[in-house]
Amino acid sequence: MNHLIILPILWPLLVALLTMLPPFDQNLLLRRCLSVGGSLILLLLSLLLVIQSTDSPAQLYQLGNWPAPFGISLLLDQVSSLMLCLTSALAVAASLYASSGEDENGPFFHALLHFQLMGINGAFLTADLFNLFVFFEVLLIASYSLLIHGGGKAKTKAAVHYVILNLVGSALFLFALALIYGASGTLNMLDLGTKVATLSDTQLQLLQAAVALLLVVFGLKAAVMPLHFWLGNAYSSVSPAVAALFAIMTKVGIYSLLRVFAMVLQDAGFVASWVFPVLWWAGLLTILMGVLGVLASEDLRKMASYLVIVSVGALVAILSLGTPESVEALLYYLVHSTLATAALFLLADLIAHQRGKAGDRLVNGRKVAQPVLLGAAFIVVALSIVGMPPFSGFIGKLLLLQAVPQGSAMLWFWSVLLGSSVLLLIALSRAGSILFWQVAGSDTEARMAGSRRSIALMLLVLASPLLSLFAGPLTAWCKAAAVQLQQIANLSPGAF
Amino acid sequence: MELLVAIIIGVLTCCAVFLILRARTFAVMLGLTMLSYAVNLFIFASGGLKIGAGTVLKATEEYADPLPQALVLTAIVIGFAMTAFLVVLSIRARADLGNDHVDGKLPVAKNTRQGASS
Repeated sequence: MNHLIILPILWPLLVALLTMLPPFDQNLLLRRCLSVGGSLILLLLSLLLVIQSTDSPAQLYQLGNWPAPFGISLLLDQVSSLMLCLTSALAVAASLYASSGEDENGPFFHALLHFQLMGINGAFLTADLFNLFVFFEVLLIASYSLLIHGGGKAKTKAAVHYVILNLVGSALFLFALALIYGASGTLNMLDLGTKVATLSDTQLQLLQAAVALLLVVFGLKAAVMPLHFWLGNAYSSVSPAVAALFAIMTKVGIYSLLRVFAMVLQDAGFVASWVFPVLWWAGLLTILMGVLGVLASEDLRKMASYLVIVSVGALVAILSLGTPESVEALLYYLVHSTLATAALFLLADLIAHQRGKAGDRLVNGRKVAQPVLLGAAFIVVALSIVGMPPFSGFIGKLLLLQAVPQGSAMLWFWSVLLGSSVLLLIALSRAGSILFWQVAGSDTEARMAGSRRSIALMLLVLASPLLSLFAGPLTAWCKAAAVQLQQIANLSPGAF
Repeated sequence: MELLVAIIIGVLTCCAVFLILRARTFAVMLGLTMLSYAVNLFIFASGGLKIGAGTVLKATEEYADPLPQALVLTAIVIGFAMTAFLVVLSIRARADLGNDHVDGKLPVAKNTRQGASS
């Protein structure tokens, strides 16, 4: 058995525990080194797992060597290794950015950050539905604490909503799991996938009820249309490094939708007949709501939060097509949108720091101290998010458009996605021209960004040109991952 | 027995939904606790209800499904932890925001301009 698979869960746990023990607990510098170093090692580890999973069959890791339907199993395939890699890349940027002062607001910032990484990595790796619930809770309780880290009225207010909504979501998740267990007698995803075809009509009805609940739970996590209201306030009130890490959180919901509906339940007839249409329309409406939010935003941070919703809408709509081409497009666009929105969160904070009282609000303010660096970063990020060549957003959106089959679906998706891109272009160019050109007053008190902040920002900003530079091999890799995902769906746990 | 368990779960869930919709942190907390009781009973029942069946394998001929018991145990522990977190957060919110409404501000009453006093 390949023990590397469980390391992305155990390593952040170890780092988190270490940061709370001597000599790290008293020394901020040591704690920062440990946290950034830990994230870097995690990045190397996940790159290793990407290499291992490429061009090789998926691997199943049985915890405690208990055979699959009875024990808990972890599944490593190309999709999960890609998600691990994305998470650790964000973790490096977030821990580096937080090391420039944000982590002084409370003693446990780095510990919480790594606990959250543990939960996210676990959710990406697990092949067991109940274990997915457990890792959701691990990442959620860390995110609750990170959300209110540093305190303040706005954070407390956003946290109360966020915590209560997620607790209700967890309860619904448990109802769904009990229904699935009652109907099929298994919670292992692979086992469930093979058993779906043999279920009787009554059992299928129970499973349908469970799936409806799961749709609500994952939709809440991903912030799909009627369940997205919590996101704007929550993401715009958290500190920037945490917001950058939270960019992956909605993607955990998307990933769970992909795993459970496209892979586990693809043989169940009702998924194609009502689950996918629901996701399709919800996705399109989510894009529209997100764009409205972006247009109405009064500051850059809120704008970034609503841009997260726009990308979620596009991902959910494309997910509902259920074809390998759509999964390929989804994976590429997911990587691009996560990195781009995370970069925008960091950028918004740097701009806010340098504009004095005006902050990142879209009003006249002081000139930023580093207009060239921040302006260039803003142009790259904004054009990438809107989907202009030569940046990764263009390729991502092109793949999305190509994945939609001809007919009425094409008409709807093309008009919504392209229309939203135009509106985003207007909103972002308005924001950029106000922030960088409508300046008033002197810049005597200019505060330059520290090197750690600049490096963290550059890591994320440069990801976009890199993603488009290596678009050929990357899309080929995503295609292989999509094909592998379809193949795994037909395997039973005994086949590994 | 199935009917009785179903009714209990239903009543608990109804009360929980009512309490959560009260939108005051204490009521919401009670509601979430009740919801987790309902969920725990529901998970427990998902393995099938049996009378006189052993909980330990090989102790009796007939035994209850062990997996839901393991699941319920995990769910209870997680539920406790989350409730504890929400209790602390609610106290913090009461102190920070000056009232116990989940929106952080009291809704304006219909007949007065000042709104309810806190």
